[in-house]
Amino acid sequence: MVAGLTKGERQFAIVISVVLALCGLFLAGAGHQRPLGVHGLLIAFLGIATVFVVLSGYIAPEPSEERLSSYYDDPSKAGIIIAMIWAIFAMFIGDWVAWLLAYPEMTFDAAWASFGRLRPVHTTGVIFGFGGNALIATSFHVMQRTCRARMPDQLSPWFVLLGYNLFCILAVSGYFIGVTQSKEYAEPEWYADIWLVIVWVTYFVLYLRTLARRQEPHIYVANWYYLAFILVVAVLHIVNNLAVPVSLGHAKSYSAFSGVQDAMTQWWYGHNAVAFFLTAGFLGMLYYYLPKRAERPIFSYRLSIISFWGITFLYMWAGSHHLHYTALPHWVQTLGMTFSVMLLVPSWASAGNALLTLNGAWHRVRDDATLRFMMVAAVFYGISTFEGSFLAIRPVNSLSHYTDWTVGHVHAGALGWVAFITFGSIYAVVPILWKRERMYSARLVEVHFWLALAGTLIYVFAMWNSGIIQGLMWRTYTESGTLAYSFIDSLVAMHPYYVARAIGGLLFLIGAAIGFYNIWMTVRTAREEPLEPVADRPIASDTPAGAVQPGE
Amino acid sequence: MAVAQRDPHTGYTTTGHEWNGITELNRPVPKVIWLFLAATIIFSVIYWVLMPAWPLVETYTKGVLGVDQRSSLAENLRIAAADRASWTQQIETRNFAEIQADDSLMQIVRNTGRPLFEDNCATCHGMKGQGGHGFPRLTDDAWLWGADPATVAETIRVGINSTHNETRVSQMQAFGRDGILDRAAILDVVTYVRSLAGAEPTGDERSDSIAAAAEVFAANCAACHGESGTGNTELGAPDLTDESWIYGGDRQSVYTTVYRGRQGHMPHWEGRLSALERKLLTLFVLDLGATKQ
Ligand code: HEC
Ligand code: HEC
Ligand code: HEM
Ligand code: HEM
Repeated sequence: MVAGLTKGERQFAIVISVVLALCGLFLAGAGHQRPLGVHGLLIAFLGIATVFVVLSGYIAPEPSEERLSSYYDDPSKAGIIIAMIWAIFAMFIGDWVAWLLAYPEMTFDAAWASFGRLRPVHTTGVIFGFGGNALIATSFHVMQRTCRARMPDQLSPWFVLLGYNLFCILAVSGYFIGVTQSKEYAEPEWYADIWLVIVWVTYFVLYLRTLARRQEPHIYVANWYYLAFILVVAVLHIVNNLAVPVSLGHAKSYSAFSGVQDAMTQWWYGHNAVAFFLTAGFLGMLYYYLPKRAERPIFSYRLSIISFWGITFLYMWAGSHHLHYTALPHWVQTLGMTFSVMLLVPSWASAGNALLTLNGAWHRVRDDATLRFMMVAAVFYGISTFEGSFLAIRPVNSLSHYTDWTVGHVHAGALGWVAFITFGSIYAVVPILWKRERMYSARLVEVHFWLALAGTLIYVFAMWNSGIIQGLMWRTYTESGTLAYSFIDSLVAMHPYYVARAIGGLLFLIGAAIGFYNIWMTVRTAREEPLEPVADRPIASDTPAGAVQPGE
Repeated sequence: MAVAQRDPHTGYTTTGHEWNGITELNRPVPKVIWLFLAATIIFSVIYWVLMPAWPLVETYTKGVLGVDQRSSLAENLRIAAADRASWTQQIETRNFAEIQADDSLMQIVRNTGRPLFEDNCATCHGMKGQGGHGFPRLTDDAWLWGADPATVAETIRVGINSTHNETRVSQMQAFGRDGILDRAAILDVVTYVRSLAGAEPTGDERSDSIAAAAEVFAANCAACHGESGTGNTELGAPDLTDESWIYGGDRQSVYTTVYRGRQGHMPHWEGRLSALERKLLTLFVLDLGATKQ
């Protein structure tokens, strides 16, 4: 890791780590004996540890100039391993939460293990820990390949990856000790938020710098999606997290928004987090790894264009469908609903573009579980977006809102789409990154595929059933015009579905664990002579983008 | 080198661009997509015309149907209330005894009371009103404040040791912790109290302590619990001679009660449940006990 950095970069890395450690020490002092103090110490510790890591490799010889004619993949490798660690951790917590909902005594009377703390650990762990790291790792890989250019330096990708994980660690450890600003998917407090802004802007700039160095005249679709993901998430994150801390010594802060404005800002954020984190980024993955693996051209270039702009434009308006029948003015709800209905078209256009790309390669889909992961992902993308547009219709939402149907929709997207495309892409990219011929075991990929599919189907069907039953029970009236069921009745009715969901989740988790083992063994099993990355075009030369000939 | 190639499988040419081996077909957007897009846009436009939709500077387009979620909610509530009026009026206007005598009304009380009870009361009193440690059983004859419907309704309205101005107050002091009685006296009076309910002395409980403890009881406890320990519904002091215990009748539990005192907390429901709902609950609770027998 350190050996890949130039001398100057090593020095700069030490400076950054020292500054970080000092900030940590400041927070530790200011927040002494409060949760913020704990985080301060954690930051200081990690900063100092990084200084030592860099120092221990400091005297290593500088990387040779030859490096410039190859892609820089070390951060991608690290990112993929880290993503898998987060996957196992956060899905374990997810399954714990699932069992907890069926057997509420599973908190063992510990505050840190209560539902309200474990749940955000799960959501942050899977979305940001697993999903985010996978996005960062693959985006580095994809942008270099499709630009045919090496990243401009070695330090910024490491800063982005490790800095991002510091954010994730602060977030998750914070929930356990009770730090949260209680905005869903934006729970971390102000200091973690500020840090993420720094990291994210670096990420954005790194992406732009790489694009500027590209040797290809055109920018490939995958890059549009990754860029949209990075840019929009930055905007969302900054706006939704505008807040005033109680003091520099307190973790707690108060949002700049209040009442219905706060709700609308939060769900404008929340929905576009779905759109640009859980959708756009992963479409970037899909658009690179699927055609690559299928060895087929993209079905239609024009379809890519209209679905990209359709998604980017329409998603922005749809957030208010999370607030149907609330204090939010009726007209805002109407807009949210209608834009969600229109959104279905570009969403299905993307899913269709992916699936139709497989025409001519279906025999591969049959034989290759990696490609099948991506195929199923596209199918679930289609299912969950159809479901989403349906749920956004007000009368439908009056049944589904507050029920497990939402949770079913979430996991049709999260498991079926996000996790499937990620696993597919990871299986595709691991052999390339580590220069192996193939994964350690194709059979284990196959086993993972079926476990994941079974787990997803059990999960989603259980939640559809329980959600609809719940919704109906809550609106069933007796002849005398009063509610027929108490809330406890509906909980009792949910119990079998909660158990089923937890079993489905367990299958999914076991699949992920097998996947991790397979990846680990692929990395460990050294080849005699490492493969040249046959799949990659060589980097042309290290000339800047301006040198691209006109007319290309 | 933008050289378009023909894809043998589909017959379309590529756009001529290539990224690390990936190409794209230069194929028009399928018609169905345009159709579909047009359909959703037309749907939306119609919906905007009908419903409140677009913000103007000071107001918004109200929609030709004139729908508004506040007024439609109010309207729905009004209709629902009108539908229920046939029986709610009877419950509101007739007295407890009359309602209890009317089988069809009581059937409604049972149906509507159950979800109401389970949503509001079951957390403490149990799904069937069976009670639990610290929370009285509501289905037996042992009443702290009396079994009369008006009394039960009052308890529900103001609560016990609650934040309501008129709350019922029930306090039993901490005889041990506050040093009113020494340990030996407490042990004796515990044996005595248990014997009132007919419990045989267990372990090292001495039956001869009962006589001595009778005096302690008369001096310290009778004021509230009565000479013979049968309780006082004016003070919410429980009958100690029955088998029903709120905090448990074993030796350790009774000792803890006397040592630490007890102040049960029952929230008040005025302001949270309507008069009608409270009346329904009163009837429902009394009916729970009645149907039990
Ligand atoms: C937070 C817990 C709690 C809830 C909720 C609760 N109660 Fe109670 N309730 C109590 C406790 C504790 C007592 C006994 C107080 C005492 O020990 O003095 C009590 C006593 C009563 C009594 C008096 C019993 C007697 O023997 O006189 C009635 C009647 C009653 N509750 C009805 C209800 C009804 C009806 C509801 C629902 C609307 C309800 N309670 C909700 C805790 C609760
Ligand atoms: C000031 C009035 C008062 C005095 C004096 C008093 N009690 Fe009580 N006692 C109460 C009240 C009121 C309750 C019900 C408390 C509750 O439910 O929260 C109670 C409850 C109890 C209970 C619990 C009954 C159960 O069902 O679990 C026991 C046992 C008891 N008292 C014994 C005694 C003994 C023994 C003494 C004398 C040493 C005594 N009390 C003196 C008012 C009093
Ligand atoms: C082993 C697999 C998983 C299990 C068992 C699981 C379980 C759960 C449970 C029990 C909840 C709480 C539901 C509730 O509050 O009623 C939940 C919420 C959530 N999970 Fe998962 N999960 C898994 C995987 C994932 C993955 C991979 C993602 C994302 C990529 C994800 C994203 C979410 C989100 C966003 C929520 C919040 C849903 C909402 O607020 O409506 N989960 N999960
Ligand atoms: C066309 C696309 C989509 C639309 C219109 C849509 C619409 C909706 C609607 C209406 C809700 C329910 C809101 C409520 O009742 O509270 C919802 C919830 C949710 N959706 Fe989607 N959805 C879409 C795609 C997706 C995808 C692909 C994912 C990916 C994982 C996803 C993740 C979520 C999450 C996490 C929630 C739960 C939010 C919460 O915590 O309450 N959605 N979506």
